[in-house]
Amino acid sequence: MSFLDISHLEKSFGANRVVKDFTLGIEKGEFISLLGPSGCGKTTVLRMVAGFETPSSGAIRIGGTDMVGRRPNQRNIGMVFQAYALFPNLTVAENVGFGLKIKGVPRDQINARVTEMLSLIGLPDLGGRYPFQLSGGQQQRVALARALAPKPQVLLLDEPLSALDAKVRVSLRTEIRAIQRELGITTIFVTHDQEEALSISDRIVVMNGGIADQVGTPFEIYNRPTTRFVANFVGQLNVFRADADGRIGGVSVGQGDFAARPEAISLGRSPGADIVLPATVTEVEFLGSVIRLTAEAAGARVALDTFNRADAPPPTIGTQVELSLFARDLIALAG
Amino acid sequence: MNIWARIAGWAALIFGLLYFILPLAGLFEFSLRARRGVYSFDAYAKVLADPEFQATFGYSVLMALVTIVVGVLIVVPTAFWVRLKMPWARPYVEFITLLPLVIPAIVIVFGYIRLYNTSSWLPLTGSVMGTNFLLAMGYTVLALPYMYRAVDTGLRTIDVGTLTEAAQVLGAGWISILGRVILPNVVPAVLSGAFLTFAIVIGEFTLAALLDRPAFGPYLQRIGANKPYEPFALSVIAFGITWACMGLIQLVTRFSKHTKAAR
Repeated sequence: MSFLDISHLEKSFGANRVVKDFTLGIEKGEFISLLGPSGCGKTTVLRMVAGFETPSSGAIRIGGTDMVGRRPNQRNIGMVFQAYALFPNLTVAENVGFGLKIKGVPRDQINARVTEMLSLIGLPDLGGRYPFQLSGGQQQRVALARALAPKPQVLLLDEPLSALDAKVRVSLRTEIRAIQRELGITTIFVTHDQEEALSISDRIVVMNGGIADQVGTPFEIYNRPTTRFVANFVGQLNVFRADADGRIGGVSVGQGDFAARPEAISLGRSPGADIVLPATVTEVEFLGSVIRLTAEAAGARVALDTFNRADAPPPTIGTQVELSLFARDLIALAG
Repeated sequence: MNIWARIAGWAALIFGLLYFILPLAGLFEFSLRARRGVYSFDAYAKVLADPEFQATFGYSVLMALVTIVVGVLIVVPTAFWVRLKMPWARPYVEFITLLPLVIPAIVIVFGYIRLYNTSSWLPLTGSVMGTNFLLAMGYTVLALPYMYRAVDTGLRTIDVGTLTEAAQVLGAGWISILGRVILPNVVPAVLSGAFLTFAIVIGEFTLAALLDRPAFGPYLQRIGANKPYEPFALSVIAFGITWACMGLIQLVTRFSKHTKAAR
C-alpha cells in the first residue's frame, strides 16, 4: 500500500459526476501533479484529500489511516491556495506560527520554527510585516511556510502559481520543488499548466472528465501519451492520418491517427529519416533562439521548430520544402 | 462644467447645509438662554448635575454595551455561516433582518409583554433582571438591520471561504476560525455596527418606557415635558453622542491597519 492511497474515489454534485473511479497511490516524499483543463475534477480530488469535500464513494488513506469522515482540521495536511489566503490581520510571523499556536505548541518553540521556516523560504527579515505589504510571490512563499510549519503529512498545492507573473512563477516553482525535496514531504500539486507539471513533478496524473487518463513520469507523459486527450493536452502535437493502406509518406505505420511533436520533425531531409513529406510553408514565427514554422503537408497542418542560425535564414511563406521524421517518433493516438 | 452648473451645485449644497444646520443652531442657541439676558451653559450644568441624568444615561450605556455584545454574538456567526455555507439563504436572512425597520417598536414591545408577562410560561417581566434582559433583546432586534448590514459588508471585503479553509487545514475549529480569523478581519465593520447600535439604544424611548426601565430615552421625554431649557441641552448632548459615534466609525475605518486585506 502506498503512503497516500486514493482508491475508487467518486464525487457527484447532484447529477453531475465530477470525479469517476479515481485511483492513485502516492509514495512518501513523492511530488505528484494533477494536470488537466478546468472542470476535469483535479481540484475536487485535492479538496477531498484535504477534507473540504466528502467523497460520494471510495477511500483516502494516509499512512494507512482512513481519512474519509475526518474533518480538515484532523488530517494534519498542509495546503497552499491560489489566492494565498494569508490572514490579513496577522503579521507574516503570526501567519506562519498560526497552525502551531492552534496546536498549543509553547511560544519559544513556535518562534524557533517560524524563524526556521522564514529562512527556508528566503524571507528571514519580513516576519513583522503584514501580508498586504508583500508582493504576490512573497505572499505565496509565506503561505508555503505557513503550510509547512506544523510538519504536515501531506502538502497540497492548489494552483499556487496561477496568480503570479510569468517570471516569478518560474523561480517560485523551482523553489517549491527544492523545498519539497529538502523536507521530503509528500506533495500533490494541482495545475492546468503543462509546463509547470512537466518541470517539477516526479509523476503526473493527466485528468480528463473526472478520470485519470494517464499516470506517468513527465518523460512518459510527454513522449508516450496513451490517449488522444493526453497527447493533445500535453505539449504541441501534429496529427497525421494514415491512408487507406496504413501509410504516411509512403511508409507503412498502421491504420488510424498518428501524432508527432514539433521537435520530432525536421526541415529538409534528415539523415536516416524514413518519412519525407513535401510541404508548403504557411507561417513563420521568429521566437529568438527557435523559429516555429507552420506548413501544409500530407493534408495536415504541421508545426515544427528549428534552431535559429544566423547563417541560414528561415524559409519564407509559400516556399516549397521537405519535412522529414522517423516513423519510430510517431505516437499512435487512441481514445 | 459651466459657471451656472457650478453655481447651482454650490447653491444646492448650501441649501442642504442650511436646512440641516439652522434648526440645530437654533436648538443650540436656545439651550444657552437659561440665564436671562446672557448666553450661558446653565442648562447643561443643571442637566449634567442631575442624578437622574447620570443614572439613566449610565443605565442606557450599560444596555447599549449588552446589546452590542449580544448583537455581535448573534450576527457575526450568522452572517459568516450564511456567506460560507448557505449563500442561497442570504435574501431570506436579509429580509428577516430588515423586519425591525418596518415593524414598529411598539408592536415588538406589546408582543414581548403579551408573551413574557407574569402569568406566561416565561414570566420575564416579573423581575428586574428579566425585564432588563427583555429590553436588551428588544434593542438587539431594533439594531439588527444596522449590525447585520455592517458585518455583512465587512465579510464581503475578505475571502471568507478561502480564509476559513486555510484556518481549517491548519487545525482550527469553528470557534478558533471565528475568533482568530473572521472576527479580527471584520473589526471595523463590527465597530460600525456597534456605534450605530449605541446611538440607537441611547435615544430609544418606546421599549424602555413600556417595559418601565430607567433608560435615557424616557428621561429625555420626561424632562422635555416639564422643563424649559434643559430638554434642548439634552437634545444637543444626544446629537453630540450620535455624531461622536459616527466620527468613531470613520476613524476606525480609516485607521484599520489591514484595510488592504486580500480578497
